Amino acid sequence: MLKFVLQRLATVIPTLFFVSILIFGLQQLLPGDPAIALAGEERDPETIRYLREKFHLDEPLYVRYWYWASGVVRGDLGDSVRIQKPVTELIMEKLPVTIQLATMAMIIALVIGITAGVISAVKKDTWWDYGANVFALWGLSTPNFWLGILLILLFAVQLGWLPASGYVSPFEDLKANLAAMIMPAFVLGNAIAAVLMRHTRSAMLQVLSSDYVRTARAKGLDERVVVMKHALRNALIPVITLGALEFGTLLSGAVLTEQVFTIPGFGKLIVDAVFNRDYSVVQGVVLFTATVYITLNLLADVAYFLVNPRLRH
Amino acid sequence: MAAVVFETIHASPGRRAVRRLARRAGAVFGFAVVVFFILIALLAPWLAPYDPVATSWSAVRAAPSAAHWFGADELGRDVLSRIIWGTRASILAGVVSVSISLALGVPIGMLTGYLGRWVDALISRVTDAMLACPFLILAIALAAFLGPSLTNAMIAIGISATPIFIRLTRAQVLAAKAEDYVEAARALGNPHLRIALRHILPNIVAPLIVQATLAIAAAVIAEASLSFLGLGQQPPAPSWGSMLNTARNYVDQAPWMAIWPGVSIFLLVLSFNLLGDGLRDALDPRHK
Repeated sequence: MLKFVLQRLATVIPTLFFVSILIFGLQQLLPGDPAIALAGEERDPETIRYLREKFHLDEPLYVRYWYWASGVVRGDLGDSVRIQKPVTELIMEKLPVTIQLATMAMIIALVIGITAGVISAVKKDTWWDYGANVFALWGLSTPNFWLGILLILLFAVQLGWLPASGYVSPFEDLKANLAAMIMPAFVLGNAIAAVLMRHTRSAMLQVLSSDYVRTARAKGLDERVVVMKHALRNALIPVITLGALEFGTLLSGAVLTEQVFTIPGFGKLIVDAVFNRDYSVVQGVVLFTATVYITLNLLADVAYFLVNPRLRH
Repeated sequence: MAAVVFETIHASPGRRAVRRLARRAGAVFGFAVVVFFILIALLAPWLAPYDPVATSWSAVRAAPSAAHWFGADELGRDVLSRIIWGTRASILAGVVSVSISLALGVPIGMLTGYLGRWVDALISRVTDAMLACPFLILAIALAAFLGPSLTNAMIAIGISATPIFIRLTRAQVLAAKAEDYVEAARALGNPHLRIALRHILPNIVAPLIVQATLAIAAAVIAEASLSFLGLGQQPPAPSWGSMLNTARNYVDQAPWMAIWPGVSIFLLVLSFNLLGDGLRDALDPRHK
């Protein structure tokens, strides 16, 4: 076990190193003088001189990378030029909102995706199966910002059941918070539900044709017990670990969903930073996202190793 | 009967794949819709009833009618004409971005898989690093640093999708390298470049075609997403994503502004997905 974790860690460290180079390299794409670009619309020579000194822009590239990377290792992702706040602080402020949205979206995706996947596999080549496959194609082909607009049109404008946009903290008013978050969470969960449905279907089909399921059926067990207790439990192992890999989709989707529903989360932070030309925030958010993604991947691998006895032998 | 069997046995693999593809209703539908959209993009100047950027104060947020089939937007521009011209941005973004990914990913993947050793280790780590950044977030960051425009959006999407093609090509080359025909080519004294281009590349094209078709679907959504965020096609030029961004503000007064661009994105992406799924089944008979 320890050997496996150490082996995986050994690949994570160089990946993180290359991620840092890639994200640092983004700054080099800025046209012209980076100090002027970083200053955005602020053309005050004093600000430009300050930025040049702060980011060591007169130094060679590798020295600049060293200063930046050593700050990152200490948890310092730089400061927002616009808001005059450390990027880490900004991320930590916005993160809880996105975590709530992502968690609700994942719950919705798991419930819909796994249910549809199981039904589709158990009722293979029937209308249920075709329906579930159409649902998966719909989920994979619908841009979530469009789905968001359609839901606003239906549930906020036509029916008046839910608020069209905005955010209320759950600590202020839990009911209002859930009312504001349910549509964005559904929009975000929709595409992931489609992916999970496909994974569940293929894992279930494989498990349902295995010997132990045939034995369980031969013993005369109720079909519901065979499906839920014998098949689903084993089919879910790869589905849950693959679900962890959907984190990237979740965050990418959150950028658009938060924009549609005006939710002040992590996704909106990066979009606002792009338009304010707040490049430190953009770099910080991408680096943070990549690090969390790599960590989740590692945890998913370890979890898979732990729950799958065949890998341990 | 005998003639049919004879023809099936002697048909080229390409022809057999086309025949298998033609038997799949979803793939045929996908192919037809893709061709339909390509024709719309090519014939846009003749098909669009109005100039897509011409404003008309008398038609501001006009509901669908005989004059404006899909209605008009907040500046009185004809929605149908903008949809027709917007097809160009979406198709162009899909094809150009994936061409960039193929142009970068296939040679790098071949180099990695063929040479192995430290080249493989180095490029694999760089690929892992790129894959660690979620596709759209990396594309947003790249588009932000390059500047907002359709060209930069296509470059950003193309670069962000490259690691998938590097991985796929590398895996295919590694598998092909172990095949007897590559061993035979090597034993005959063929130079490495010839082995890679004449013997390996033609045998790994099928999965690349499938991946490219599915990647076009992802690129169309990514372009619409970047344009929706204001990082793709710039106004007043029409793009489905930017039309939806504007429509968001008028959803209660002019819902038609939001319906048609979304339907167009959905149909085009769905068609590429169906075509990709069909191609996968047709080119790899083992896959079901």
